[in-house]
Amino acid sequence: MQNPLRESAARTYTAVWLALLVLLGATLAVAKLQLLARFSALGSLVIASAKAGLVLAFFMHLKDEGRFLKATLALTVCVLTALIGLTFVDVIYR
Amino acid sequence: MTLKDEHSSAEADFYGRTGKYRWVVAEWMMSTDHKRIGVMYLMAILSFFSVGVVLGFMIRLNLLSPGWLMDQQTYNEFFTLHGVIQIFLFIIPGIPVAFGNIFLPILIGAQDVAFPRINRLSWWLYVAGAVLILASLFVQGRPPDTGWTFYAPYSIQTPANISTAVLGVFVLGFSSILTGLNFVTTIHRMRAPGMRWFRMPAFPWTLYATGWVQMLATPVLAITLLFIVLGRFFGVGFFDPSRGGDPILYEHLFWMYSHPAVYIMVLPAMGIISEIVPVFSRRVLFGYTAICLSALAIAAVGYFVWGHHMFTSGMSDTARVIFSFVSFLVAVPTGVKIFNWVSTLYRGSIALDSPLVFALSFIFLFSIGGLSGLIIGALAPNLHLHGTYFIVGHFHYVMFGGAGFSILAGLHYWFPKITGRMYSEKYAKIGWLSLFVGFNILYFSMFVLGFQGMPRRYFDYPPEYHLNHVVSTIGSWFLAVGLVIIFANLIRSVFRGGKAPANPWGGRTLEWTIASPPPHENFASPPVVRQGPYAYEEEAVR
Amino acid sequence: MSTETVSIDREGKKMGMWLFLFTEILFFGGMFLLYAVFRHRFPADFHRGAAGESLVLGTVNTAVLLTSSFTIALAIAAIRKGEKILSARLQAATIFLGIVFLVIKYFEWSAKIAAGIYPNSPVLLNLGKGETLFFGLYYVMTGLHGLHVLVGIAVIAFMVHFTRKGTIGRENDARLENTGLYWHFVDIVWIYLYPLFYLVT
Repeated sequence: MQNPLRESAARTYTAVWLALLVLLGATLAVAKLQLLARFSALGSLVIASAKAGLVLAFFMHLKDEGRFLKATLALTVCVLTALIGLTFVDVIYR
Repeated sequence: MTLKDEHSSAEADFYGRTGKYRWVVAEWMMSTDHKRIGVMYLMAILSFFSVGVVLGFMIRLNLLSPGWLMDQQTYNEFFTLHGVIQIFLFIIPGIPVAFGNIFLPILIGAQDVAFPRINRLSWWLYVAGAVLILASLFVQGRPPDTGWTFYAPYSIQTPANISTAVLGVFVLGFSSILTGLNFVTTIHRMRAPGMRWFRMPAFPWTLYATGWVQMLATPVLAITLLFIVLGRFFGVGFFDPSRGGDPILYEHLFWMYSHPAVYIMVLPAMGIISEIVPVFSRRVLFGYTAICLSALAIAAVGYFVWGHHMFTSGMSDTARVIFSFVSFLVAVPTGVKIFNWVSTLYRGSIALDSPLVFALSFIFLFSIGGLSGLIIGALAPNLHLHGTYFIVGHFHYVMFGGAGFSILAGLHYWFPKITGRMYSEKYAKIGWLSLFVGFNILYFSMFVLGFQGMPRRYFDYPPEYHLNHVVSTIGSWFLAVGLVIIFANLIRSVFRGGKAPANPWGGRTLEWTIASPPPHENFASPPVVRQGPYAYEEEAVR
Repeated sequence: MSTETVSIDREGKKMGMWLFLFTEILFFGGMFLLYAVFRHRFPADFHRGAAGESLVLGTVNTAVLLTSSFTIALAIAAIRKGEKILSARLQAATIFLGIVFLVIKYFEWSAKIAAGIYPNSPVLLNLGKGETLFFGLYYVMTGLHGLHVLVGIAVIAFMVHFTRKGTIGRENDARLENTGLYWHFVDIVWIYLYPLFYLVT
């Protein structure tokens, strides 16, 4: 790689990329080897969220953003969670 | 680019030709001026409103003696079309796209919205969506007959042209999302110097709350409608019980959008009323902060009450109780607003001009709509009333009496600013009287019919309901006459009305500081704001 | 036209893009909701369905998409340093990886269709309700995701053009940055689709 990219941003991105691949391996291991037994679905979702978190924080620069974007992203995710949760109040008890 | 414009438009208002295109239509369709886009939207929504009114009028006429005007299938198509047009083409886009586009940038002292070209794209998408919906009437097969809700599994099985109509609504949703996104960004980034959040008028505040609802609710509708199309074309049976699907899930997804959509319609309506009431009572808007924040509160709580449309759908009891409870919470911030408007009027120096007359009718009719909403928001009465005309009455009091009357109020309030002309106050009030009387006869008898047990959407009915149906239909005649007078007055005034001054009502918000109609670039130099929006205090002291 | 002189600041453009991504979250959210409900109803069928997916291809595709996120992030870092040619190359690499993703997806889909598994197919309807729903969701969700990848590829192609032409540069990188945000979002959606369709065995 060329000179300018050897600076901090490129190094961080490379580290994040490697971490993402490691997590991909981890989720594969968890699923294939049944490491978490009946919590394996939950396990892979947690790992997926870790991956999404890395992409958001570093690739999408969310960690350098102000409070507004962080708060509204949280709001959006909360809204979606609440919609799914409230639907399940019906689905589970029907 | 700018220099040339400043030459030609030093005096010219925004209707003046820019000379960039040969044809006027091309110039307007290609324009990114928020005022022009707003005016085009305004004409479009009012045209669709008229079409919807005619359809509703004919439905009522047919109910006088079922079958004398149309057969059952036609009747189903008429009420579907009436609903689809009034909901998706008139009242959901309604206030934000028309008055929001024209006045939001001016009210916060900006030159335009944040993304003018995306704004133009929204307008084109609106036109495309409207064309698709109208096309569903004329392309092969028969017009949609599902009702505006497109409930599965019928919407997946009926031979009618559901796919075209649904695609139209999908495109309209995209238009709505982009408008919401545009307005929220505009309010965040484009406010004039000194225009702090709590110096914004109430109307931008409600548009802000609306924008969030548009962004976070509409995508759910988009994906739901896509499922219908996929179900029809590829047999993906997400809502088809024979394939493991669940029709109640369709209702969940549909109302996840369509309940918040009620707030897309009503929140900006409340914003318009909050602009008009202080101006015509010469008082500061009482509880300004509470009014602004309650808009956000309504938007937030309104998100989690969709289940009250589904009490009789076969949803679980737990869910029904929870949704019923949360529905009551929405009444709190709504009540806050009503009390604040009334308190603003108290000891004000009231000028009973037609904008205020329409605004007061809004408060009256919307209160009836809201209170009847509490009746059917409660689980037990709902089970009796859900499938009846009571819902139709409630719905029209909220939608027409609420959002519809506020559009008329806004139209009479801002007409001088938009067109630069005054209208006849006398005919505005005569029209209002006929409309108001007709409205109450038409829709109040629906409450009675509902209590008696008349089922909604039905083509025919047993003789004991005949009297109230006749009364209701007679009401619709008064209502129609009222609307004709109102619009004839306004249309005539566009051409023959006297010149309007810059500030005919003595308003204190920024749109009244510029010429009527506004010049191309709104403000010669960016306004500097030093006080809150309704500064009537010093006048009272004097 | 006078209004075109209004130019929203960089922050505003970025805010607009994020708000658009929020709407996308809800758009895909509707599908995740259906997935959650149906998986709750038919857990065994969903396990059987996922076992029928090609884990190798799914995993390779995940790695491909993660790498493409990496390259577009580097492309933005490059443009901020003023390295236009390097940036354009990294964008082209992203496009290439996107195409690889779609080609692999194409092979996955055609293998399934050849085996008679597609919505409304007799084979699928015989498998029972749970698996009908599983594969219905599989086609709809990966299909709409693939459509987003396709749109992303097209947009990045324009960005390569703008970068070469010089309308995107060190001082003027908002469009590229917004494209990057979109691409990362598409990547995140896949990050969740991968365990839901390939790993729940």
